[in-house]
Amino acid sequence: MPRPHLYLLATLACAFGLSHFSDRMDPYFLDVLTGIGINIILAVSLNLVNGYTGQFSLGHAGFMSVGAYMAAAVSVFLGPRLLGDSGGTALLQGSLFLAALITGGCAAALAGLAVGVPSLRLKGDYLALVTLGFGEIIRVIFQNFEPLGGALGLNGIPAYTTIFWVLALVGLTVFVVTCLVNSTYGRGFLATHDDEIASEAVGLNTTRYKIVAFVIGAFFAGTAGGLYGHFKMTITPTGFDFTKSIEIVVMVILGGMGNTLGVILAAILLTLLPELLRPIAEYRMIIYSLMLIVLMLARPQGLFNFKFGKAKQ
Amino acid sequence: MSEFLQQLLNGLSLGAIYALIALGYTMVYGVLRFINFAHSDVFMVGAFIGYYLGKLVPEGTLWGGLLVLSGAMIGCALLGMFIERVVYRPLRHGPTLNVLITAIGVSLLLEYTGQIVFGAAPRTFPQIFPTANYHVGSLTISSNQVFVIGVAILLMIALQLIVFKTKIGTAMRAVSLNPKAAQLVGVNNNVVISFTFGLGSALAAAGGILYAMNYPSIDPLMGVMPGLKAFVAAILGGIGNIPGAALGGLLLGTVETFIGGSQFSTYKDAIAFAILIVILLFKPAGLLGKFTIEKV
Repeated sequence: MPRPHLYLLATLACAFGLSHFSDRMDPYFLDVLTGIGINIILAVSLNLVNGYTGQFSLGHAGFMSVGAYMAAAVSVFLGPRLLGDSGGTALLQGSLFLAALITGGCAAALAGLAVGVPSLRLKGDYLALVTLGFGEIIRVIFQNFEPLGGALGLNGIPAYTTIFWVLALVGLTVFVVTCLVNSTYGRGFLATHDDEIASEAVGLNTTRYKIVAFVIGAFFAGTAGGLYGHFKMTITPTGFDFTKSIEIVVMVILGGMGNTLGVILAAILLTLLPELLRPIAEYRMIIYSLMLIVLMLARPQGLFNFKFGKAKQ
Repeated sequence: MSEFLQQLLNGLSLGAIYALIALGYTMVYGVLRFINFAHSDVFMVGAFIGYYLGKLVPEGTLWGGLLVLSGAMIGCALLGMFIERVVYRPLRHGPTLNVLITAIGVSLLLEYTGQIVFGAAPRTFPQIFPTANYHVGSLTISSNQVFVIGVAILLMIALQLIVFKTKIGTAMRAVSLNPKAAQLVGVNNNVVISFTFGLGSALAAAGGILYAMNYPSIDPLMGVMPGLKAFVAAILGGIGNIPGAALGGLLLGTVETFIGGSQFSTYKDAIAFAILIVILLFKPAGLLGKFTIEKV
């Protein structure tokens, strides 16, 4: 069996195992683990766009919010009707949650398509700013959309997110992204990243690759948003502003662009760091930002990228 | 009609502030080709320097106000040059994205250091300039608005003179066109880039004080939104283009004020980005920018 498939199976087995013992585990530990998992999904999916395809998107939190809201809408508004007053069995709840996550992912993918088609003609900083702009526009729209709670946010989302779902989706995201970039089709993403003009010269439709990367990235960001909403049980539009997008970008760059393992490690590190610095809460953001600057100065190729001299772009 | 003129005036004074901040973004982008995310926090530091200096001089006097303004501008110019020297210079030949992340790091550092040094609670900005309200017909013009527009215009003229009439300005334009060629003809790039940062940061400080005068509450996160919008203004006008930044700022400030006064006021923050996206789709180089063909 190929290695990615083995890893996927291992993660799924791990997910089953952990969820079996989760009752006996420290709730704080589980919370942190859930946070790490969600961030890994976000960072790995953004890595497909920013790392492998070489486009600079600053709007990932926007897609996350689309997914979070749509998934929450399914379980908050459709859930009671489908499950009845009793709340349904665990199996029914699980399938509802799965449907909610898929709806969230698809809605985010659609948003990604709508954003990607016009903006991916732009390059570099301009693309970064336009995606940032779209992210902010999505936020303002949710702030003004009263049926989904408006500026106050959406409350009372059922807590469906368990460690099983998080780990399973982490496994799935990593699996899809790894298999995709290692496939014949996936070489197109890398070619687009390495040299757009040369790729076009050999007949690759680079715009199409960029849009595909964007849509797939947005889909997983949407499912991560769905997990996040059903984990926190309440979502507000301001939770998905551009600082969140930047947080995800930082994970990708620290991990080393286009290096999935590095990005996973960076996501773990950057989620743990604020938790570890909690005793000195006042100064933790200062330390976080200082660390960012020092790391960029000392290891410009990314913290976990050990292929020397491969730091391009 | 009079309401229209009143809103136009309010819009222009907001736009003038955006323009001042946008100039800093555009100049740095011109010489270094990167978005200086920390610029909006230099703007915040400028307002806070103004706040502390404002306590030292008598309130509501013209000379006191000018003293505060120039003090903040000098302070921020030094801060900007310091940031460039310590953080950006070692990364100058590194990948663009790393410089961007570093800039974000500096931005966060200034914000959170600000929250500890200045405190996170908003503060009231002192009235450093004499205030009066003038009535022209049915229009109410506050002296603050006059100051904002006046100071902004003066600074922009000064900037234009520096860039086009002085030796260092010529060097700045040379570095912006082609840094290597500029070095070959004897331009010291480090001095020029340092000077550009100083100049841009001084303008941001002026913008910070003018902003604080009109919206008299300051806090360490005050720079985020104006900074973002000023950057949009810079791109709108064509990044690297000084008159473009001024035009973009004025345009954005005016449109935003009109939207803010209409029934769509809750969409105010989105409108800047909506304009940006529409303009970039039809004119990818911005309103006054020159479109360059990529050569292989």
